[in-house]
Amino acid sequence: MGALVGWGVVTVLLLAGCGERGETHTPDGRVIIDYWEKWTDFEGDAMQAVVDDFNASQDRIFVRKLTVSQIAQKLMLATAGGNPPDVAGLFDYNVATYAERGALLPLDTRFEAAGMSADDYIPSVWDVCVHRGHVWALPTTPATVALHWNRQAFRDAGLDPDQPPRSIAELDDMAEKLTVVELERGGETVQVRYPELTDAEKQSKDFRIVKLGFSPNEPGWWKNQWGYWFGAEMWNGQDEVTADSPENIAAMRWHGGYTEKYGIENMQRFGASFSGSFASPQNPFMDGRVAMVLQGVWMYNFIDRFAPTLDWAAAPFPSVDPDNLPGVSISSCDVIVIPKGSKHPDAAWEFIRYVNSRQGMERLCLGQRKFSSLREYSDGFLERHPNPYIEVFIDLANSPNNHTFPQTSIWTEYNIELNVAADRVFGGIATPEEALKYTDDRMQWKLDRELRRWEMTKDARLAEWEQQ
Amino acid sequence: MTRHTRRQLRLGLLFISPWIVGFVTFGLYPIAMALYYSFNDYDVLRDPVWVGTLNYRDMFTDDVFWKALWNTLVYAVFSVPLGLVLSLLVAVLLNREIVGRSVFRTLFYIPAIVPLVAVGMVWLWMFNGDLGLVNYLLGLVGIEGPQWFADASWTKPMLVLSSMWQIGGSMVLCLAALQDVPRSLYESADLDGAGPAAQFWNVTVPMVSPVLYFNLIIGIIGAIQEFVKPFVMLPDGGPDRSGYLFAVYIYESAFRYNNMGYACAMAVVLFFMIVVLTWMANRMVSSRVYYAAE
Repeated sequence: MGALVGWGVVTVLLLAGCGERGETHTPDGRVIIDYWEKWTDFEGDAMQAVVDDFNASQDRIFVRKLTVSQIAQKLMLATAGGNPPDVAGLFDYNVATYAERGALLPLDTRFEAAGMSADDYIPSVWDVCVHRGHVWALPTTPATVALHWNRQAFRDAGLDPDQPPRSIAELDDMAEKLTVVELERGGETVQVRYPELTDAEKQSKDFRIVKLGFSPNEPGWWKNQWGYWFGAEMWNGQDEVTADSPENIAAMRWHGGYTEKYGIENMQRFGASFSGSFASPQNPFMDGRVAMVLQGVWMYNFIDRFAPTLDWAAAPFPSVDPDNLPGVSISSCDVIVIPKGSKHPDAAWEFIRYVNSRQGMERLCLGQRKFSSLREYSDGFLERHPNPYIEVFIDLANSPNNHTFPQTSIWTEYNIELNVAADRVFGGIATPEEALKYTDDRMQWKLDRELRRWEMTKDARLAEWEQQ
Repeated sequence: MTRHTRRQLRLGLLFISPWIVGFVTFGLYPIAMALYYSFNDYDVLRDPVWVGTLNYRDMFTDDVFWKALWNTLVYAVFSVPLGLVLSLLVAVLLNREIVGRSVFRTLFYIPAIVPLVAVGMVWLWMFNGDLGLVNYLLGLVGIEGPQWFADASWTKPMLVLSSMWQIGGSMVLCLAALQDVPRSLYESADLDGAGPAAQFWNVTVPMVSPVLYFNLIIGIIGAIQEFVKPFVMLPDGGPDRSGYLFAVYIYESAFRYNNMGYACAMAVVLFFMIVVLTWMANRMVSSRVYYAAE
């Protein structure tokens, strides 16, 4: 009998251990709220500074920040297990999925009661916080992507270092001039620029790439979304996937054109030479091997750290039709949410509100060297900002041709499916039409399934949201 | 049942209760729930909704499912026999009287205890198409190595090759079995005029066949469940999903696409696949296995 009691005690202790995360109050009686966030390094430090400011300003609440990797998965499991943190930082593409599945608390009532307004925010940032008419998240730091070019490489190639390409055609043309290849000529190894190759040499592709003007696959993080620069959309916003629209097909044909021009093997080998080297001095843009890249507002931080002497500039990445399609970009935004089951939603909201105050937001953005989600800046914010091209990114965020992640719960999978398609085209395995038709069919099937699921639970879910 | 045997039974059950509780909680219950969820539309966050056999029917029309299945079978068909042969050969070599034998045995075993994620990261660099050691060595003998990660036709061979490095576990078992083969058998084979090859084939192989059989079954199960290395080395399954293995698809369906019901259905299919393959292996080889005790 004693043994049974012993095991019972052990079991109870084990279960109790699962339920609590340390102290619930500080020694001075403030309630402790748990905040999970994904950032590390200087981005984590910037958020910690905001948390410290908030804690210093408070006599009721103390925020305990915990850095969590793979935060989306862990938050899902913690929420499903009924023991989520009080407040958490997520990615914008999680919002629709998590909201629809009932993992988040709607913020509408609190947002309105606080006298806050959607008009305070950059529209593209605000869009990702709203799903099916409810507010689910508030933004932390947004980002847009733009063309970064190596001015020294432009000079070396005889191009004007202050004149970035204005259209895709110009980009392709400049990329050729910026590309240096190595080949055998009359028994000698020589390095020449791509336009200096003879037609026969271009045809045989029997060369090795030393420097590349541009590759749609570097860094490859948006290699599946070039369609935006060709005027495409990924879906109709309701019930139809548009992966194989003519614009998307044109974009993918352009993408695949780079392997046709420079050779699949050559591109693969060149790509392998810097795989996994993004945050290092071996980053191909920073060490001069790739002259033009599509990169985000964060790129400045890495250049500053790994290649401070690099002579670079940033401008909007050109589209296929610059007159009718200017200022194309993709924006993403980190967000902050209250998971359903949060034990202190009011305290969590206090903190979210502080982060979204101009003071909190600007402190975070200057620390992370990004721009603010809010439309208005305090005096001197732009001047104090270390990134000399920050206004390029802000303008892109406000551009009508800036795209946020499609607000659909299938986006994670759709994104990967488009990547697979892009790789198939880039590797010469499939034509753009074949690859995208396949993607379209598959994702339409997934979307239908998701919509069918939504129909089944819609009424209950909407009623629940209204009440909260 | 007397009072005494009842008491004995109760005590016995009590003593094994930690195992029973553990097995029921962490073994039986999850398996039963996986079976239940496989008939539901379930995304972990919302309550499961009964959909009957929809998940299983979806599988038939899901190309990625068939592709992952095919990749996994190809991987198993090559990695299991190769691993088996290689581990036996290495064990035979390490069973000889050579200088520094224990050092070699240790060296060959070490890869089996290195954490798999670390192994994946190392192979990522070994097989790098431009800077990798594998292509460098191939270059020394005049072969231009392929783009292991970028070329869809080379991802599966790459996974098979990298698995050959970790034969340590099965090798140790073979080594133990080899040491149990009576010397007298080799001596009489010698007298009968059998050469080294004939001795290996007619004495060594039958005598270690129970261990080979065991390694075969464990190998099949392990290969079909292979997860960590492809997951680490080939994000999104590599080019054209050519290295997308079944267990990776199950994981991603469950935790990345929040499609737990579908993932459970695939796990159930995986379970039956392993049962069938093990049964087939059993049917085909068990009659050829020699047990000295029988």
